[in-house]
Amino acid sequence: MLMSQKRIKVLIAKLGLDGHDRGAKVVARALKDAGMEVVYTGLRQTPEQIVKAAIQEDVDVIGVSILSGAHLELIPLLIKEIKEKGLNDVVVVVGGVIPPQDITRLKEMGVDEVFLPGSSLKEISEKIVKAVETKRGIKIAS
Amino acid sequence: MLLEKALSGDELAISKLLTKIEYFTQEGLESLQELIKRSGKAHVIGITGLPGGGKSTLISGLISEYAKRGHKVGVVLIDPSSPFSMGSFMGNRIRMVGKDLQKNVFIRSIASRGNLGGISAEALMLIEALDGLGFDKIIIETVGAGQTDTDIVSAVHTVGVVSVPGTGDEIQALKAGIMEIGDIYIINKADNPEAEMLYETIKFALDSAEINFRDGWTPRIVKTIAIKDVGIKELANVFEEHLNYIKSHGLFDKRIKDRRVKMVELLLRKRVEDIISKVVKESSNYISKEINEKHNLLNLINEIYNNIKLSL
Repeated sequence: MLMSQKRIKVLIAKLGLDGHDRGAKVVARALKDAGMEVVYTGLRQTPEQIVKAAIQEDVDVIGVSILSGAHLELIPLLIKEIKEKGLNDVVVVVGGVIPPQDITRLKEMGVDEVFLPGSSLKEISEKIVKAVETKRGIKIAS
Repeated sequence: MLLEKALSGDELAISKLLTKIEYFTQEGLESLQELIKRSGKAHVIGITGLPGGGKSTLISGLISEYAKRGHKVGVVLIDPSSPFSMGSFMGNRIRMVGKDLQKNVFIRSIASRGNLGGISAEALMLIEALDGLGFDKIIIETVGAGQTDTDIVSAVHTVGVVSVPGTGDEIQALKAGIMEIGDIYIINKADNPEAEMLYETIKFALDSAEINFRDGWTPRIVKTIAIKDVGIKELANVFEEHLNYIKSHGLFDKRIKDRRVKMVELLLRKRVEDIISKVVKESSNYISKEINEKHNLLNLINEIYNNIKLSL
């Protein structure tokens, strides 16, 4: 019968009020080149909008870019919305200008990976694959 | 189980079910078979046209218009898969941000995954499923289509072809292919000064056509400025006119039957193409040697064709 190899589906969005999306676009392109299917919804998204799109697209990963410094305020709202809507096995990754001392706090909130400036695109896609395999219990062929 | 939850309107269940269908899982296909028994009620609209013409922005406007009119709106957006990595960068949904927060709106992006022709077997399966789940206006956006990407015509009730000013002269409008398939031709970005020229060009192409238009409907031309929500209401009204026309001519059900035949055809093609790709890949060294060194074409084609037949 017909078979189609599972591809990782990722939502990339900018959370909150900051107008800089170059990084998010570069990462989205890199994930495409790593064989993932990326839905890009761009700038100035609310947690509600991001989670709604994640539900309807049935993504494996929500990737959020934040350069505004508001991550400790906005990420908890996003995580709360994710939990309330029952997205139990979605991987959450955050990228952007995040002070290293905040990484632990973000991970305690439920973020799976945090990518700081200087992260290589290879590292980002590899860590995403690994996180999806662990959290969703599927094997992604490379 | 998942199907029952989806039928009760649980959005997460609908979404998970669509994934199972698009990946051809056993549960997905069995559910789809059930849903086909319930489908056949929705008005399915296809929006096609070149990349950057404003298809997504137009659809965004239509979503609001239909939601306002009390419809349950399902949207399927196709964007291309990379021929190299098989990954995809899908950017259609960005034009519709927030529209999904309206009640009864479900938007799904899907990568083309090697399907050509502007639509895919997977996309048609999603349409069928959304129809069976009770969505009564279903909009499908093709990949930014080229001149010959005309499969959409046998998959939907109403075809909207989007053109924008400044993309070619009269010669382009007279060519075969995409300029023959529209039920409605949409001139988007109509605030561009060249829009009037495009209107005259398309009008001339339609007026001078000797072919019988599809099922006797005379194609209409509608001007829009999607980004400013201009002309969207009028466009929705023309779509309704077309719907009434096909209903009054007994064509509504015929199109659904044609769509399902197309779905089966595309599924079969996919299955056969998978085998062709596999056989060619396995014998690529041999094929290369035969054609490049021995310049053997005729026997080679027959030989590989027989190998493919054996693999079927």
